[in-house]
Amino acid sequence: MTPSNTETGLDEMRTDGDPHIAVRTDKLNFWYGDFQALFDVDFDVKAGIVTSLIGPSGCGKSTLLRCVNRINERIGNVRTEGKVEVLGHDIYAPEVDLTQVRSQVGMVFQRPNPLPISIRKNILFAHGLHTQGKTSKSDEEAIVESALREVLLWDDVKDRLDRVATDLSLEQQQKLCIARLLPVKPAVLLMDEPCSALDPKATTAVEELIWNLRGDYTILIVTHNMAQARRASDECAFMLLGKMVEHRRTEDLFLTPGSQQTADYIEGRYG
Amino acid sequence: MSENTLAPSQLDQRDASWYVDKLVQILMFVGGISAIIFIIGIFVFITKEGLGFLFEGFSFTEFFGSINWRPTSANPTYGALALIVGTASVTGVAMLVAIPFSLGAAVYISEFATGRTKETLKVLVELLAAIPSVVWGFIGMSIMNEFIIEVFDVPIGLNVLNAGIILGLMAAPIMTTIAEDALKAVPDRYREAAEAMGATRWQIIRQVIMPAAKNGLVSAVLLGVGRGFGETMAVLMASGHAINIPTSPFDSVRALTATIAAELGETAQGSEHYGALFALGILLFIITFIINLAADLVVRGIRKK
Repeated sequence: MTPSNTETGLDEMRTDGDPHIAVRTDKLNFWYGDFQALFDVDFDVKAGIVTSLIGPSGCGKSTLLRCVNRINERIGNVRTEGKVEVLGHDIYAPEVDLTQVRSQVGMVFQRPNPLPISIRKNILFAHGLHTQGKTSKSDEEAIVESALREVLLWDDVKDRLDRVATDLSLEQQQKLCIARLLPVKPAVLLMDEPCSALDPKATTAVEELIWNLRGDYTILIVTHNMAQARRASDECAFMLLGKMVEHRRTEDLFLTPGSQQTADYIEGRYG
Repeated sequence: MSENTLAPSQLDQRDASWYVDKLVQILMFVGGISAIIFIIGIFVFITKEGLGFLFEGFSFTEFFGSINWRPTSANPTYGALALIVGTASVTGVAMLVAIPFSLGAAVYISEFATGRTKETLKVLVELLAAIPSVVWGFIGMSIMNEFIIEVFDVPIGLNVLNAGIILGLMAAPIMTTIAEDALKAVPDRYREAAEAMGATRWQIIRQVIMPAAKNGLVSAVLLGVGRGFGETMAVLMASGHAINIPTSPFDSVRALTATIAAELGETAQGSEHYGALFALGILLFIITFIINLAADLVVRGIRKK
């Protein structure tokens, strides 16, 4: 499927009836120290589609994304109130195992960040973390191949799987960063401006890849690039100053924005 | 526009700040090359002093093959083997002590400690590095000596174990500082990436940070080894200073450095004994030079990648 199939893709979803929700936030408030970054955010992400988060810098879209796998907490001195559910499970419940959450919710970062180890080991890294016992060599080979095939990287790198991953081009690195999430079969993929470090050609390639992954994965993508949101997402949410302004089908949001703030933003009056 | 252009005559003007600038440049240059000059100077000096011995009394097989260091006997022999083994064994024990301590401390400071704890620890480690070696030697001679005699029920507490522990504690702070720098240099995005995939703290340290900082950690250890070979006073005081090939950690030994320090003052300048001590100096110089060079090359290796 290519991005031009947006409408048919979405129509199919519609005729299927109400698809179930992969991620739901309920009155989510978030503070960095004394600074409140999110205000009562209620947000439902439907399973199996691409949802984009747009808004000006500092509007809280990355913060919201980072609440969904709790990676926000690594910097310390933060506070979360409200609820975030992934596939119906409250991931902020006290008994929750973070390792478990992060096998369900994979994340791709702004700057490609493959680990400074071989391509093969990068793919097997998360798999190793979430698997008890040893995996046989042939199984490992199969995992590496299928993950790399899924991100269309196999033919490029099949002869140099033992080379260090940080030597790849940025586009290949970012594809690898997506590929390494797949062996643990996450339900949700979070992407924080995954193309902002890439050139236009690489951006197109990664966008197409993301589009191809929809259906199998629920994808939530933060982007600065409105054209990207428009061509590569099914639904789109606009945030401003830590609040969710509106969340609708992408075409609707861009053609007939529901609020004046959204209209001003997508016309480029600020942002 | 014309206001900004200078007349040719103005270009030649040299005001006070021009001279200051030149002077500072020269001073910096002299400062910069002085290290090289000193190193070459020292090397030339010890080589010159040791050269006479190397050509006359020196026998390669005796120097490296014999344990008899008898410079004052009627028929003097200069076998340095026991001294070399003594230094190596003390350094070996020192590394057994220093590596776990320093790597543990570096990992804790770099990956676990935050805020005030982190800063306090770093200052303390640097303070530890500044304790004079004679103080360490004193601790070895008094406290450690009695401690070892009592705990292990051995007749002498001044031995390989004592000197090794003292030297290990001495080398640990500088190794900690270098290892911590190496860990700190690992970009945070690697930690973030691993954490987002569900890795625990320990998995991140073990599988991501240690391999990424490997070169820096190896060079920290090598510099510790270099320090071990070069340390004199503490080893002289804690090792027992007895010429001996050790068969257990409770044997006394004598180090290369300690031999020079203890004997040089009593030899006649230019005598064979004097020359032999300088030959030991050349050997030490070459060993520490190679170790430091190796450490440097290892660090460079990581940058090239």
